Amino acid sequence: MKTASLFSAFVLLIAAPAAAQSDDLLPDLDPGAVGAQDVEQVAVEGDDDGPLRGTVTDDSAWQDLGIAIASFATNRDQTTPANAQGTAALGLELARVVYSDLRFNGLFRPVGPDALPRPSYPEITDPAWNTWRGRSAEMLVHGYVRANDDGRLTVGCYLYDVALQSELVREGWVVNPSEWRRAAHKCADLVYSRLSGEDPFFDSRIAYIAETGPKDNRIKRLAIMDSDGANHRFITNGQSTALTPRYSPDYSKIAYLSYVDGNPRIYVYDIGSGRQTLVTQSANPTFAPRWSPDGRYILYSMAVGGNTDIYRVSAAGGGTPQRLTSGPAIEVGGSYSPDGSQIVFESDQSGAQQCYIMNSDGSNQRRISFFGGRCASPEWSPRGDQIAFTHIVGDFHIAVMNPQGRNVRTLTNGWQDEGPTWAPNGRIIQFFRTERNSGDTSIWQVDLTGDNERRLRTPVGASDPAWGPVLP
Amino acid sequence: MNRLIIAVTLSSALALGACKKEPPTVTPDAPQDTVRATPTPTPTPMATAPQPGSQSHFAGAMAGADTIYFDTDRYNIDSEDQTALRRQAQYLLQYTDARATVEGHADERGTRDYNLALGERRANASKNYLVSLGVPESRLRTVSYGEERPVAMASNEQAWARNRRAVTVMIER
Repeated sequence: MKTASLFSAFVLLIAAPAAAQSDDLLPDLDPGAVGAQDVEQVAVEGDDDGPLRGTVTDDSAWQDLGIAIASFATNRDQTTPANAQGTAALGLELARVVYSDLRFNGLFRPVGPDALPRPSYPEITDPAWNTWRGRSAEMLVHGYVRANDDGRLTVGCYLYDVALQSELVREGWVVNPSEWRRAAHKCADLVYSRLSGEDPFFDSRIAYIAETGPKDNRIKRLAIMDSDGANHRFITNGQSTALTPRYSPDYSKIAYLSYVDGNPRIYVYDIGSGRQTLVTQSANPTFAPRWSPDGRYILYSMAVGGNTDIYRVSAAGGGTPQRLTSGPAIEVGGSYSPDGSQIVFESDQSGAQQCYIMNSDGSNQRRISFFGGRCASPEWSPRGDQIAFTHIVGDFHIAVMNPQGRNVRTLTNGWQDEGPTWAPNGRIIQFFRTERNSGDTSIWQVDLTGDNERRLRTPVGASDPAWGPVLP
Repeated sequence: MNRLIIAVTLSSALALGACKKEPPTVTPDAPQDTVRATPTPTPTPMATAPQPGSQSHFAGAMAGADTIYFDTDRYNIDSEDQTALRRQAQYLLQYTDARATVEGHADERGTRDYNLALGERRANASKNYLVSLGVPESRLRTVSYGEERPVAMASNEQAWARNRRAVTVMIER
């Protein structure tokens, strides 16, 4: 039941922020908000007979389920660094985060805690069924939060089927107070996964480029945030242009492009230490960084004498980079299949950008896009069944195809939508949209039906989103 | 970036000139002399005479020939570009201490990574032509800015044509 975390908060606290090598990096003022940290899974209160395995009656209609998400209760209202007013107020905030996760993603028909009665602590494991039956909610989410003696928080999450009056699933986590939102995201993930049958995705982070200033003098800064936009943090100060970040699969590093030395170069920024290193020691420009799914390799594109090809280098540093493509055309980008065996990339060897697949050692290169228009910035779904790409057909749209280049479906219809990135479960795609003339950018997301499209709230303009996996 | 759109726009507007890649005839900027018209005496020009090899001296001598323009997704040097690059080469061969950066740019109508690669191609095409005219390679460097540094801000074919460019800039010492 217990999950050890890969990272320790202590590493982050000890790391000297002043060690940042570059003038462009901001000092790390809030180490707690930076890396992935402990979320320990624990058993929660309730009958240990095991939950009844209730089944959602109609799988096809799960999106329409009404779900009541009540304020989380607490055993004793006491102060916590997570909320100045105490654990009772924190319980309401936890339920609000669960509600927002489900609502803003167009999942289910949730009703939030502000419109519902507040259950007492004993009712969390013994719901007042008569209260909930009358509210046209088929499902009920309960939870509690407890401040432990060591300062950490225990958060429990329960999903009930109201008609069956039975528990569907429950889970609990121990978190540092600064990480309380992660417990709420894990609760939303638990509910979503149990009812939809899909893998979780809320407990994850996004790296992106924050944009400010006019089109002819745009400031572009590397920034990170939680999947719901919370815990936002700038990493670079904007003195030099930053582009195209990618989280390493374990969230310990971010590879991104910076003009900090005047040339486009990929740097690998270590979140724990605040240091960054060049992806490869070369006088040539490098761009379009991508991680392999196991984090062992970084793909990058490098222009030598004006000719761009794709290379692979050990993420641990050292070793000779391996050139994967050759020839006079532009080969750029690249995205691994989830098993790491293949790479989808773009090339203009046919005269215009099209999508190609090769084995991860560069062998067996073949074009897969033969539909109209151009195929750019392909990204392989974490599920492996789809490839998202920028479909250039006059305007720029986000589309998906299968790995054979067939069953193309267009998901968005903006003037310039580009740069798709997948949710960890492969059900939602983020991208960025550029407005005509102003050049203003914003991050949007769309589900695979194309029906649920929404703009992410970011403090300033936003582009180049890169969604990381579910946090370790 | 987009050939379809361009084809449509140009064929409807200009019929035949579709492949002309000239920097479009831009409507002149609003008169610049509103300030100059005030009777403030201009400082004596001799104090600010630009030094040979400086950016201002080079730009003045080039009178626009410091920039060459490209078709969508292209990086070939045509006869018009050759004229401009010959002028740049003459300058660089005359002032043998001068060193230059060739900046490659793309328009906004492209994906970011591809535009960086395209800017590299354009900068190198320009540089290679200068080298072929006798400019020592050691005095030239290149940088791609992709779509990050537009000079024309509108989102139309005229602006994009002005942004698809390679610009030679003196490295000041």
